[in-house]
Amino acid sequence: MAQIRIENVRKEFGAFTAVQSSTFTIEDGEFFMLLGPSGCGKTTTLRMMAGLELPTSGQIYIDGEEVGQKPASQRDIAFVFQMFALYPHMNVRGNISYPLKSQRMKASEVKKKVDEVAEILGITDILDRPVGGLSGGDRQRVALGRAIVRDPKAFFMDEPLGALDAEFREHMSEELRALHDRMGATTVYVTHDQLEAMQMGDKIVVMNHGVVEQFGVPQDIYDWPATKFVAQFIGSPPMNFLDFNGMIGIGGTEVRVNDVVMPVPRSIEGANGPITFGVRPEHVKLEDSAPYRGRVIATEYLGTTQIVTFDTPNGLLKARVASHEVVNTGQSIGLRFDPRTITLFDAEKGGALRSEANEGVLNHG
Amino acid sequence: MSFSVTEPNKGTKWFAGVLVVGYALITIAPLLWIIATGFKSPADSISYPPKVVFDPTLEGYVNLFTDRTRATADMLEAEGEPQTWYERIVREQGTVIIGPSRYGERFLNSIIIGFGSTALCMVLGTAAAYAFSRFRVPLKDDLLFFILSTRMMPPIAVAIPIFLMFRNLGLNDTHLGMILLYTAVNLSLSVWLLKGFIDEIPVEYEEAALIDGYTRFQAFYKVVLPQAATGIASTAIFCLIFAWNEYAFAVLLTSGTAQTAPPLHPDDHRRGR
Repeated sequence: MAQIRIENVRKEFGAFTAVQSSTFTIEDGEFFMLLGPSGCGKTTTLRMMAGLELPTSGQIYIDGEEVGQKPASQRDIAFVFQMFALYPHMNVRGNISYPLKSQRMKASEVKKKVDEVAEILGITDILDRPVGGLSGGDRQRVALGRAIVRDPKAFFMDEPLGALDAEFREHMSEELRALHDRMGATTVYVTHDQLEAMQMGDKIVVMNHGVVEQFGVPQDIYDWPATKFVAQFIGSPPMNFLDFNGMIGIGGTEVRVNDVVMPVPRSIEGANGPITFGVRPEHVKLEDSAPYRGRVIATEYLGTTQIVTFDTPNGLLKARVASHEVVNTGQSIGLRFDPRTITLFDAEKGGALRSEANEGVLNHG
Repeated sequence: MSFSVTEPNKGTKWFAGVLVVGYALITIAPLLWIIATGFKSPADSISYPPKVVFDPTLEGYVNLFTDRTRATADMLEAEGEPQTWYERIVREQGTVIIGPSRYGERFLNSIIIGFGSTALCMVLGTAAAYAFSRFRVPLKDDLLFFILSTRMMPPIAVAIPIFLMFRNLGLNDTHLGMILLYTAVNLSLSVWLLKGFIDEIPVEYEEAALIDGYTRFQAFYKVVLPQAATGIASTAIFCLIFAWNEYAFAVLLTSGTAQTAPPLHPDDHRRGR
């Protein structure tokens, strides 16, 4: 049970920089998600926390103690690998008891602990089986058993559901979250699946190209992305971007997109030049009276909602509307955007322009 | 249309049976011939055309394990009647046993040198292969190629320098010298083979052991070694076969104390025994 602090951590592999100066804090007991596309440095960050890689520079604090250069065996943490990495030459009991044996725990005590953990995970009946013939779900449970058996300070999981089929993944993710809530241990979880991150995480760090793009609770990250990358990576379909040339002053509450005035949250950062107007699909309303118009080029029916794709003067735009609304391809429709949900981005640098709405969220950086 | 497996008819079965037995005979024949030769008299074993039917005798084995001398009639008289079956066998050739041969100690030398060099080869080879497989070694590819390149000429081509080196180092005719030599020759093979086997073992197993509180070395011998066991065993067999059968260096570098079994046989033939 511990707080984990990452300060200016950087990792280079030869000439390649995998992680560039990351800083964030994981509070005690949090279920924390490291989210990003493959190759973004999220796994490297996790491996540095675990001690499987040593950072090139920067500090890592686990429970207040600086452990950046310590080997994994001295950090008192548990790691669940994507392919589970169960020791193939031992049976289930051998695997789960292995971390206890390194602590020279008495055999009778080891047995008691292993039985306890097996009870929690519902694998009592397979304890004496070799790990070779186990199903994916059981392997996953054994890997978890090996992790929780010695009450480590923190759990690190590297895409632990990645090796399971889709149907079972849902079930295991619930089981994992329930296990976390029951144990209350700090958990750091790496995933590239934004849905999984939103579903399970208390907090999310979004990484790209070795840089922490944003850090916060799922809802803040979804509503107020700090960069265009986050806005695109999270949400399905992702946030719409309308590129235009314009300006907004400090304290401004509207922008002119192709001579159409669009209200936005009160700005506290001015900009002049190429700006990106960001709006989530579900915040687009179809209203014939609206001055900003788009031509329908496609519709996708999704049951309760439909995704309508518009061609607008500033690029393609997708709207999520109720499926009972009748929309025909080729039709020109007025689009109204909920002004409280708009994020403006610096089109070139990609960062969100600060406004009264997102100011508090962006501070984490 | 459905397919069914039908019982083959009798003729087909017979034909298949004859093929299998024929193939087995061809394969086994040389082994049978070797065994049979063991029970032939020296004259029968080199006769031409080769003898398929012969009088079996244990003469070869008695000769292998004893030193004998040709005896005159007087000496035979003095010896008296042969007491044992092996004395009788040598007496038929007009010789008497003067003591055990050196074969026993040569065989022991073969065991010491063969197993010694194999063990050393495995220890060094596994360590090197593990390092090459898991760590960032500067100039890794060049080093691996260099190790392989030591196999690119027959070792016996450098026999003279090795002979001189051994003489100056006092390694001539010593167990240590032969163990070092065979280890040096075999090491490249074992490093390459073992690296292949260790590469196949996912690195996550060791990382899991590191996380579970074990040191790098414990992770190596508790997790990597058990999984590499079959690979290590097969590599060890290759090394042992080479060291066991090696002839040229053994003839050149050993004469007495450290001589292995292979050089002894031609030596005996040369002396007509």
